Amino acid sequence: MSGMNVPATIDQIFILFTNWVASFFPPAYRPLIGVLLGVIGIISVFPGLFALTVLFERKGLGRIQNRYGPNRVGPYGLFQPVADGVKALIKEDIVPFSADAVVHFLAPIVFLTAVFMGYAVLPVGRNMELVNMDAGLLFFFAMSATSELSVFMAGWSSRNKFSLLGAMRAVAQMISYEVPLLLSAVVVVMIAGSLSLPEIVAAQAGYTGVWPHWYVFTPWGFASFIIFGIAATAETNRSPFDLPEGESEIVAGYFTEYSGFKFAIFFIAEYLAMISISGISTTLFLGGWAAPFSFLTIVPSWFWFFAKVMMFLFVFIWVRATLPRLRQDQLMNFAWKFVLPFTLLNLMVTALWRFMGAGWERWVVSTAILVAAYILMGRTGLLSKHIGPRSYRYAE
Amino acid sequence: MLGEGIIKGLLETARNFAGSYVSKERLTTVQYPEEREPLPEASRVFPFLVYDGSDWLAGMRCVACQICEKECPPKCIYIEKSADKKPDAVGKPQAYPTRFDIDISVCMSCQICVEVCPFEAIKMDNKFELATDDRFGGLLLDRKKLAKPNEYYHQIHPTEAAEVDARLAAERAAVEAKAKAAAEATAAKAAAAKAAAEKVASEKTATEKASSEKNTPSAGGGA
Repeated sequence: MSGMNVPATIDQIFILFTNWVASFFPPAYRPLIGVLLGVIGIISVFPGLFALTVLFERKGLGRIQNRYGPNRVGPYGLFQPVADGVKALIKEDIVPFSADAVVHFLAPIVFLTAVFMGYAVLPVGRNMELVNMDAGLLFFFAMSATSELSVFMAGWSSRNKFSLLGAMRAVAQMISYEVPLLLSAVVVVMIAGSLSLPEIVAAQAGYTGVWPHWYVFTPWGFASFIIFGIAATAETNRSPFDLPEGESEIVAGYFTEYSGFKFAIFFIAEYLAMISISGISTTLFLGGWAAPFSFLTIVPSWFWFFAKVMMFLFVFIWVRATLPRLRQDQLMNFAWKFVLPFTLLNLMVTALWRFMGAGWERWVVSTAILVAAYILMGRTGLLSKHIGPRSYRYAE
Repeated sequence: MLGEGIIKGLLETARNFAGSYVSKERLTTVQYPEEREPLPEASRVFPFLVYDGSDWLAGMRCVACQICEKECPPKCIYIEKSADKKPDAVGKPQAYPTRFDIDISVCMSCQICVEVCPFEAIKMDNKFELATDDRFGGLLLDRKKLAKPNEYYHQIHPTEAAEVDARLAAERAAVEAKAKAAAEATAAKAAAAKAAAEKVASEKTATEKASSEKNTPSAGGGA
């Protein structure tokens, strides 16, 4: 250890710990032990982060609505997630009489499994990914798309009109927004030249002066970052795209007929999906675990990853507190008439950027195209909606 | 421009978020069991019985007239009248309740009992933390539990209590004046009677004297 410097040791502390534990086993078992420890890390850290997120969401929403959030259980309500967990565990597990019991049971498990699988390829720090897959990004999106299957399983097997309506909405929404989600991620793959997430992070790792080379600081990167954020919100059924579980319309959507811990599993899986999509969006656009300034590289890489993810989660909560739920037709129009064309245009702009070569011209050209397209599309979209001061037929 | 409204909305919520940490005006929550706002004077929950002085039984204003029992819409009051009498708030000898029960699980806080009471004996309380795990006994308040001093009444409804006190003082004064007048009248009458009696007596003695003077010889003579 004496040869290593302290920041690097702290940065790699989890890797060193894993190697140290594995060193007690025969060499043939060491990779397995390493993977097992990584899995344990993932299934303990991210649900912990989920618990914190739920608490912060409730407190943050409270503050935004000018009230305290939960503050009764423990200091500042910090043990609220524990109380909620105990409550979920001791509640009765009800399966409707006419439900398809097997599928009804499998749906939350499939959901949670699919979400956890996505974490396998997420680089949460330098050298800290469970599997360094060449097609990691593809694998991640394949896994996040599997959650649609479980949503439909839940909705169909419950034999309940609200569940089925929720599942239908969810599938329609998730498939519509899967397209811009993937296409805005493809942009990053075009520039980084790799589907491997550690390599995408490595491609953004440099600094100009103190400023990082993150993709969000390029015109096309910024545009696809915003699109990715919108699509990710829709993909994780978060407000304002929470139609599949809009409680004021269809009770709880596809998990109406779930109670007790199965409901809790859905809840956990939804939040874990939100955290994982925040992680992937951090990886794609915000340089993953890279420090925001070159002089901050002494801070451990995993800290930066989680700080960025928390920032994302805060934005999710903030948006939830601000925007009302969309209508189904608005949701679809927005996806197919605005987001998708803009994403395709962005794809072209990125290609242009890629082939224009280094220099200031490509900045000007791509920015001009994107801004002009945004203003034009926005204006035509708004004009066709006849948005303006509202006139009332009966009221004064 | 597209997205302008969203930015405005986000700024508004951000202002609320930050403002709730610095401005007491935004965060108006009163954290109830620890913090309480003073109740408005007119707040009312269930009735209680007022007593004067320190002894709740001796000072109880209720005279068991049973008007409230009869007027109570949900019939939650039960009164038993005493056979003996004690002086009431204004000093007249009156009966008192040997039993006065209010079932607050039935009471609907209408205040009609207070409106009809001619003796200012029943008033509205503002004590609202009455939850109990004893569903029947815990919600049936007897006269001991209902009795509260006049000072307490002053504390919860100061304006109203002052009016009531003034009214009672006036009545008490009237009763006293009447009693005094009656006493004076009796005294005058007594004095007159006494004077008359004296007069009669003196006349009588005079006559007796005279007659004795007259009669003695005759008596002697008669003997």
